[in-house]
Amino acid sequence: MPASTEPYVLNIGPQHPSTHGVFRLRVVMDGEVIRDLDMIVGYLHRSMEKLAEERTYTQNIPFTDRADYLAAMSSNLGLALAAERLTGVAPTERSQYLRVIFAELQRIASHAMANGTLISDAGAWQTPLLYMFREREKILDLFEMTCGARLTTNYMRIGGVSFDPPPEFWPALAELVAELPERIDEYFELLTDNEIFLGRTRNVGIISPEDAINGSLTGPALRGSGVPWDLRKAEPYCVYDRFDFDIPVGTVGDVYDRFMVRMEETKQSVRILQQAMAEIPSGPHKNDVALALRPEPGEIYSRVESPRGEIGFYLVSDGTPAPYRFHLRAPSMINLSLLREMGVGSSLPNAVVTLGSLDIVVGEIDR
Amino acid sequence: MARGPRQLLAQPVADALQSALPGIVTAVTDEWLEVASDRVDEALRWLHDTPAWDAAQLSNLTSVDRHTHFEVVYHLQSLDLNHQIVVKARVADHENPVLPSAYPVYKGALLQEREVYDLMGIRFQGHPDLRRLLLWEGYPGFPLRKDFLGIGHGQTTGLQRFPFEDKAAPDRMINAGNIITGERHSGDAAHTGGGHH
Repeated sequence: MPASTEPYVLNIGPQHPSTHGVFRLRVVMDGEVIRDLDMIVGYLHRSMEKLAEERTYTQNIPFTDRADYLAAMSSNLGLALAAERLTGVAPTERSQYLRVIFAELQRIASHAMANGTLISDAGAWQTPLLYMFREREKILDLFEMTCGARLTTNYMRIGGVSFDPPPEFWPALAELVAELPERIDEYFELLTDNEIFLGRTRNVGIISPEDAINGSLTGPALRGSGVPWDLRKAEPYCVYDRFDFDIPVGTVGDVYDRFMVRMEETKQSVRILQQAMAEIPSGPHKNDVALALRPEPGEIYSRVESPRGEIGFYLVSDGTPAPYRFHLRAPSMINLSLLREMGVGSSLPNAVVTLGSLDIVVGEIDR
Repeated sequence: MARGPRQLLAQPVADALQSALPGIVTAVTDEWLEVASDRVDEALRWLHDTPAWDAAQLSNLTSVDRHTHFEVVYHLQSLDLNHQIVVKARVADHENPVLPSAYPVYKGALLQEREVYDLMGIRFQGHPDLRRLLLWEGYPGFPLRKDFLGIGHGQTTGLQRFPFEDKAAPDRMINAGNIITGERHSGDAAHTGGGHH
């Protein structure tokens, strides 16, 4: 008599160690094989887009901290740039460099978190994660001494940034930038030749470049599939066009490639930081602008390259101080467009690593 | 008024689209072109397949409630040619908004259309899995609509006036009279009273 199996439903989450946020996967399993997969999100929904319609552009900046809470600087920058393009306010020269410095520090911190948790998902419980956290901690200290907050930075402003870094910031930054390359090499040694890690990530969760583009993937998820698309190069904002850096891409499009793209991007961020530190001009950190800006009726879609991909702000103005419509294009959510396709037919451990490699932040999915 | 740095002028795109699919374009400005809402899938397919426009990626999909009608906004981009095209569809029926799904052209529309359905209540025909995304089935109403919870009947939503602005010159975009001069600390007003933890 042949053995028969019966499909069963398995809930992963809402709370699970591999999802640093409240994210639920409902999978239908047939033995070890996933037959169907559904994501259930919205546990952190705070109705940001609706609330934003009753607040000025500046008052909306703190919301962006709480969307992607692991890359608040990038989201802050996205909204500040969008509002500047809508209102015609120009940022100061010094603040352009400060924005680049903080956005790149944030990218290093966020990639450390993403790769640390990915390694956790792959079974290396906690030790590599804490190694990654060592540098992240120093970066958060730099944020704290500049703007008083570690995660919810609320740092970028329309016309500049909220504070000029204090004098003790610069030596601390120089020290960090000097030691980072060595640290990154240490991680490479620790992980990239680890046979178990390679076994868990190589040829797992492959995304073809065609699917990645058609599925609206951006950021390391797109570049891991070999598409050299980075808004810092394609549509340079701030002063990114003045710096020399490369866009690392993968070849296979698997979990390992997405991991490596993040590692290599960390190195490129260090290069940008070195150049920005050397070239930053003196001057005011912020232009004085009115508390309530009233942009002409119109609209703008403006985007920046956050650690997770294209974070875009679609702002519609009706001439009042608050946006008529405020939409945040969340790369964390849109990068999950292919999750079901990828998950069905694979095994549970592979699906978990694949999800980890897409680097979602649930606050941004749910908004 | 404001175009993104790599955003194409809409007129040439609209002209080409109109000559390929007559009658499809209903309005054009510098920034965006508007297509007939029941044929939006055709327009997207053509822009996606035509090498001159190469709209390979649906960068962003969202919607706006204009009180009398809805706008669904598609931000398309070509990665090879590095340009952006903005397409809008005007959904005239405010009571029962329906238009074709972009999913057959762009897989990236899967979750974005679910979000628009969830929060704005616009249905996409041909979407394989049109369910609520952030809210739950049975949630009353669609929160991003301007008349949500009955607000909007005789009242205006949004923020008409900022409490601290200069009442003498409320219409000036950058209001010189508003700038606080003299002694001030190096931060700014928005930083006081923030709920940092």
